[in-house]
Amino acid sequence: MKYTIEPLGDNSLIIELGQDMSPEIQQKVKKISSFFEEHAFDWVIETVPGFTTVAVFYDPLKIETTSLPYDEVCKFLEPLLDELEVDDNAEPRVVEIPVCYGGEFGPDLEEVANHNGLTVDEVIDIHSNGEYTVYMIGFAPGFPYIGGMSERIAAPRRSNPRLKIPAGSVGIAGKQTGVYPIETPGGWQLIGKTPEKLFTPEGETPSLLQAGDQIKFVPISEEEFQKYEEDAK
Amino acid sequence: MIKITKPGLLTSVQDLGRYGSQKYGVITSGVMDTTAHRIANSLVGNDENEATLELTLLGPDMVFHEDTLIAICGGNLSPSIDGKPVKLWRSVLVSAGSKLKFGGCKTGCRAYLAVAGGFDVPVVMNSKSTYLRAGIGGHNGKAIQNDDELSIGKPSELSEKITKVLDAQRGEKKFVEMQWTISSDFIASSASKPQVRVMKGRQYDWFTTESQMKLFTEHFEVTSQSDRMGYRLKGPQLELQEKQEMLSEAVSFGTIQVPSEGNPIVLLADRQTTGGYPKIGQIATVDLSIMAQLKPGDKVQFVEVSHEVAQQLYLDREKKLHQLKQGIALKIRQESK
Repeated sequence: MKYTIEPLGDNSLIIELGQDMSPEIQQKVKKISSFFEEHAFDWVIETVPGFTTVAVFYDPLKIETTSLPYDEVCKFLEPLLDELEVDDNAEPRVVEIPVCYGGEFGPDLEEVANHNGLTVDEVIDIHSNGEYTVYMIGFAPGFPYIGGMSERIAAPRRSNPRLKIPAGSVGIAGKQTGVYPIETPGGWQLIGKTPEKLFTPEGETPSLLQAGDQIKFVPISEEEFQKYEEDAK
Repeated sequence: MIKITKPGLLTSVQDLGRYGSQKYGVITSGVMDTTAHRIANSLVGNDENEATLELTLLGPDMVFHEDTLIAICGGNLSPSIDGKPVKLWRSVLVSAGSKLKFGGCKTGCRAYLAVAGGFDVPVVMNSKSTYLRAGIGGHNGKAIQNDDELSIGKPSELSEKITKVLDAQRGEKKFVEMQWTISSDFIASSASKPQVRVMKGRQYDWFTTESQMKLFTEHFEVTSQSDRMGYRLKGPQLELQEKQEMLSEAVSFGTIQVPSEGNPIVLLADRQTTGGYPKIGQIATVDLSIMAQLKPGDKVQFVEVSHEVAQQLYLDREKKLHQLKQGIALKIRQESK
């Protein structure tokens, strides 16, 4: 595949796959991330995917070389990356996220509907029937940057951000939708809430979602929401 | 066990950071001044990654419930035990019942208190570091509070040898300091306008020639909007040649990013995992400790360094730190005889 490598610092580098975000570039980002996970090179500390990039943080002391560590890393990676191709038949992981829309869980649902000249039910219908891709996890632990929301339900951020948004809240900001994994302040329009935990520090993988996942939002009732929470106990 | 009787401004348990989970949006946290932290651990016979207490500007007060081997490194926050000043950058054996206090901040911004055996807190995602915003790691996921009781882990063989050497000189004293200390090479400069070496960042070419020049010729001041996450600097405005949007990508410890208003931000230990502002520079790893010891009001001058030289400086520094550790072990072996 086509890529460029550049230093990020004196012990990290960035592999860039393109300039614009798209599902095709995302596939390449995902492929490279998986490549590093499968190989677990001992000099790699960790990799961090971005929208069109993969950063590699490495330990220069674990790289044997007579030249400089960065040169050696590039020399090692280039032939491997040259050979790497996206597998067209690879099915992305689909993660279902149950959402109880509206009411106290989604206080801004009506505002989003009014803003777009839609009914509340139409907003729910459009939001829960979208095809979404997780581009990357960032901003907060487990927070997914999600692409693919219909512009028909886009809505500007609140002019007056809330000081506390409860964990699990599902929101809209501009053309993006997202789910808050932990309680934080924020200006997103809240349309619902999921009983699913997106961030579990005690778990084996602390984040429910990973870059490259596809998401399906599944509407649930308030009773089902309560049942989910009780079952999780 | 150590009991906290005054928490200080911001005191938290930190190690070298939580690596491996940044892809899940989990920040690394960890100490701000890695050099001071590593040396403090070495002086008490700990592994370099063992958790220490990071103290900020106004340190805490605490009581030691048992004889404890400690070392305090980094900024000089005027430590004293039962009223008597304690030297920095040394192994110190403290007697049970003694009170350690910190006064004003004389140099730097942060000090590191290492105890032999380390602080016995749970390891969360491979690290003992406190992740303040998410409330995980460290002591109950929080900064140190009044009346906190900190348990201490099992000291290493080397720790016990150091303790023995000091115990032989202690007598009835409240504490005893090692006669020797480390080379001053490792102690971050307390110059009034320190120089910090910076590599060109990934979007350096996006900035105007004038801004590129100003980055490396003028001074920047650390503003009061500075914390463990990052330092907001004040100085000449840095401008892009043309407005450009960039997609978020990974950032690193010491990344200098510039939001559209033109004042640079240096990203530090509690930085977010990714950022969407153009990166004009990246501080060389060897100079991060100098940056971490600056406090609001301090000035700094950035000096350009090539990526090649920054790597070589890193390798040289690591070699010296390795020799320092070996030197401490050797000295203790000789003195134990």
